[in-house]
Amino acid sequence: MFDWPVVLAALPDFFRGLRVTLILLAIALATGFVLSIPLAMARVSQNKWLSMPVFLFTYVIRGTPLLVQMFMVYHGLAQFAWMRQSAVWFLFKDAWFCAWLVFSMSTTAYTTEIFAGALRQTPAGELEAAQSLGMTKLQIYARILWPGALRRALPQYSNEVVGLMHATAVASTVTLVEITRVARDVYYNHLSVTDSFGVAAIFYFVLTFTVVGIFKLLEMRYLKHLNRKVSGPVAAR
Amino acid sequence: MILHGYLPAILGGLKSTLSVAVLSLLVACVFGLLGAAAKLSESRLAHWAADIYTTLIRGVPELLLLLLLFYGGQITINNLADRQGWGYIDINPFIAGILVLGFIFGAYLTETFRAAILAIPRGQIEAGHAYGLRPLQVFSRIVLPQMIRHAIPGFANNWLIMVKATALVSIIGLDDMVHRASLAASATREPFTFYATIAVIYLAITTVSLVGLHCLQKRYSLGVRKVDF
Repeated sequence: MFDWPVVLAALPDFFRGLRVTLILLAIALATGFVLSIPLAMARVSQNKWLSMPVFLFTYVIRGTPLLVQMFMVYHGLAQFAWMRQSAVWFLFKDAWFCAWLVFSMSTTAYTTEIFAGALRQTPAGELEAAQSLGMTKLQIYARILWPGALRRALPQYSNEVVGLMHATAVASTVTLVEITRVARDVYYNHLSVTDSFGVAAIFYFVLTFTVVGIFKLLEMRYLKHLNRKVSGPVAAR
Repeated sequence: MILHGYLPAILGGLKSTLSVAVLSLLVACVFGLLGAAAKLSESRLAHWAADIYTTLIRGVPELLLLLLLFYGGQITINNLADRQGWGYIDINPFIAGILVLGFIFGAYLTETFRAAILAIPRGQIEAGHAYGLRPLQVFSRIVLPQMIRHAIPGFANNWLIMVKATALVSIIGLDDMVHRASLAASATREPFTFYATIAVIYLAITTVSLVGLHCLQKRYSLGVRKVDF
């Protein structure tokens, strides 16, 4: 099935690709998590001026293909002369920066909705009890709402992490040499599907089940009281 | 002139994007129903086959699967044709794209359909059998009408993901909206204008789908009491 000399020769490239995939995943995930916390709070806010812009942001990002977003940022912005002359142009010229920006925005939109959903599921009594004890709004969020919501969000967040990891394959279209790009290069050089895409599929498969495994452990630790079934990976955007 | 006269070309691309999405959804429904049937069947072999299908597909990015199945299928078919002496077969990327996307999303729909079937009280199916309905009758008269209601949320989600996934078929050489936009972008040197245009069109498809699915949900939930918290 595999042409071993070809696979072995390509393996160092595949591992370099794995490194790029993991770095993309890590920086986008970190950015998305940090941004989603305040955005989810705005999303569930009673104040329309706070919740509407966040809804619009998640709606637009979740309603358009990631590939098109990537092309808009990486290829599209060069259209504008003011952009090319601006001080930040050196950033937008860089595929790494564009990939980070697009993946971060994408995962922020999905994660915000996941976190907002988890916040809304908070039992009303918990909130009332905290208010009756005279806690401030921030105290309520820090001590009551987030500890519960982040726990409830774990299964869906695990799907989001797998989805984002799969979405990083789109970076192969903007010159970043991650796993899928390495596979395409090996394919064009050797015209063998198994040695290129097959090997890459194994890499992604192992990655997926590592992520799922890590989240199963986290759920065992943080959702012990629920002891519910763990869901599998879900589609990317 | 609007979009330098490229608007008809883009709309032509929209037609192929929509046909790919709709036709792959149909293919995915077939694979999904087969998968769900296999997962719920008594046969261990069918159960394993369906498990391997859904686990493998859901563990790998769509883009990679698309490349793997597209090039892999092409080579397999041509090897086969070579052995049979049929000569070189040029595979139509349109049909290949539909089959591959359908096969991929069939795995996701398998889970949606399986859960929807499980949500139907077992007694109803047993009652159907007790009345002497044939298995196909039980499926079409008892399971299917109720299953649709349970499957709509998951189905809607998959449809939206699928419409967006059709953007990826441009990479295997299908002449869809993204492909047309990139051609127009390089011809006019206005990439942002064209990519933004198709982004808006995708957003419109999403919006229309959400409204449509909401109506469908209402239609199939007639007579179901809502729970008020």
